[in-house]
Amino acid sequence: MRLEIKDMEFGYASVTILKDISMELAESEVLGVVGPNGAGKSTLIRCIDRIISPQKGSILVDGTDIKKMSSTDRAKKIGYVPQGVAQIFPTTVFDTVLMGRRPHFGWWSRKEDNEKVLDMLELLNLEQFAMRGINELSGGQQQKVFIARALTQEADILLLDEPVSALDIRHQLEVLNVVRSVVKEKGISVMISIHDLNLASRFTDRLLLMCDGQIFATGSSSSILTPENIKQVYGVEANVSKFGDRNYIAPDKPVEEK
Amino acid sequence: MTASSETISKSEIAKTKRAQIRGLYKKSINKKIYFIFFLFILMIIFAGIAATLGSYEISFTEVYSIIFHCMFNNAETYEQYTVWELRLPRILLAILAGAGLGIAGTMMQGILRNPLAEPYTMGIASGAGFGASLVIILGIGAGYAGGYSRYALIASSFIFALVPAVVVLAIVLRRKPSPGVLVLAGISMLYIFSALTMLIQVPADPNAVKVAQFWAVGSLERASWLDIFPISLVLACCVPLLMWKTWDINILNAGDETAESIGVHVKRTRIFVMMVSAVLTAGVVCFVGAISFVGLIAPHICRMFIGADNRFLLPASALFGAVLLILADTIARTIAAPLVIPIGIVTAIICLRIPS
Repeated sequence: MRLEIKDMEFGYASVTILKDISMELAESEVLGVVGPNGAGKSTLIRCIDRIISPQKGSILVDGTDIKKMSSTDRAKKIGYVPQGVAQIFPTTVFDTVLMGRRPHFGWWSRKEDNEKVLDMLELLNLEQFAMRGINELSGGQQQKVFIARALTQEADILLLDEPVSALDIRHQLEVLNVVRSVVKEKGISVMISIHDLNLASRFTDRLLLMCDGQIFATGSSSSILTPENIKQVYGVEANVSKFGDRNYIAPDKPVEEK
Repeated sequence: MTASSETISKSEIAKTKRAQIRGLYKKSINKKIYFIFFLFILMIIFAGIAATLGSYEISFTEVYSIIFHCMFNNAETYEQYTVWELRLPRILLAILAGAGLGIAGTMMQGILRNPLAEPYTMGIASGAGFGASLVIILGIGAGYAGGYSRYALIASSFIFALVPAVVVLAIVLRRKPSPGVLVLAGISMLYIFSALTMLIQVPADPNAVKVAQFWAVGSLERASWLDIFPISLVLACCVPLLMWKTWDINILNAGDETAESIGVHVKRTRIFVMMVSAVLTAGVVCFVGAISFVGLIAPHICRMFIGADNRFLLPASALFGAVLLILADTIARTIAAPLVIPIGIVTAIICLRIPS
């Protein structure tokens, strides 16, 4: 297992946000995290990268507790793209992606670091933007740049917090295709929180359904995305139809509250 | 056959694309280096011109020969004395102060991710102003003829300039504040110290108040070789430390969470850079007074030309700040000669012109 979480709990002062979280992430696996707003998807991802520290439980990466890792070592193991960040001072795409090499060099990039950036730009098809400022790019292209930056860290685990929520359907597909092809090429493991259940079922190997800070269920998309689960977790009546081996969800109406 | 030739041409295209980007990247780096070099030359020229101007006309070439002469000998003639003892310390002070303020502004904007952060808005300048007023108005260290001790003034303004930074530090250590909260804390320190300064000035002797206010706007009037040494020392200590952190500050620009995930210790970096910048600013301001705008405008102008990479922005803003202060000081002492306008007023007016 790449990533193992055991009995993790996190809360702010008096409110518990995450409870009894135990999960695993295998090599070359794309795990989709779904659930309503406030279910704790982002909190879970931030705990894994130690942006915030859980009060209980353990998080192991390749068998090592991340609490015992230095921040540089952790950055070599885990890459993370948070949702919706805007840079105040614009930098070029090249310089932005180069930031991801921070765990690997000190103050000045070596030739091999620059080459790694070029690899990534090529892989994500961003070459034509290399010297443009990221503020000049569209939201979808920016998201790809941020993913490229996380990938140049050469971490085995990539955490993506709602990478496609703000994108149009074409860019959604592009970004998720990129993630899939990187997984195939580099064998990394990806954990991705996502709102669109149909995209989630199409682009992930396994789903983790969260509700009220707990893991409600985990498994294949056809076993998770059932009308009963959607009704219980989201409070929505939905029609679920089969589309190949995937479930296709058409939300109908919110469940009447009694 | 066709398939293999197609893959070959594909990899060929990829290769030329890479070479192209490599070339463009190198070019962009060179452009930044040229810009810094250009500012350096500009500074030397401005310094030379500034040394020729004044109540006593000395030509450009003469100035440099005098400087060269006095490096190894004592000033003998009146011209030599004017250049070496009066004008040169003043120009050097302008260079050091401008560089210090430019750097401090760049660093504060970088760590706080706020284009309005600078020594002035972070309350450091008004802290120094209060410290100075205190000494001037209470007449601390006064001799028989009244007045105050210059050493007490420097010490007091240095110490009070550090107070806002200590407050910001306390906030960072207690909670996990957003950069915006820190800027707000800085601005509230600015108001508190301005109010306190007013408070002690109201019942004071009008002459002392005049001196205190003149100081608060900033002036290079009392420049002497004795000031150059301590300021150089402050710069020599602080600048390498800041330069070392510039790459991490670049990454802070990507946001706290991203920076953290790339392996930058956000809190530690912010505290370290904030404290070193505060010492740097305090070290400058306690000698020349609260010269405004240089710290704000220098990084902005340089960013327009060379982008936001702090590894280049730091030296560029330093040189730009130096050029700006030489220019401002020269205008201040020549435009209404023999009257000398406080330099802070000139920088404010120049900087008003720049963005418009």
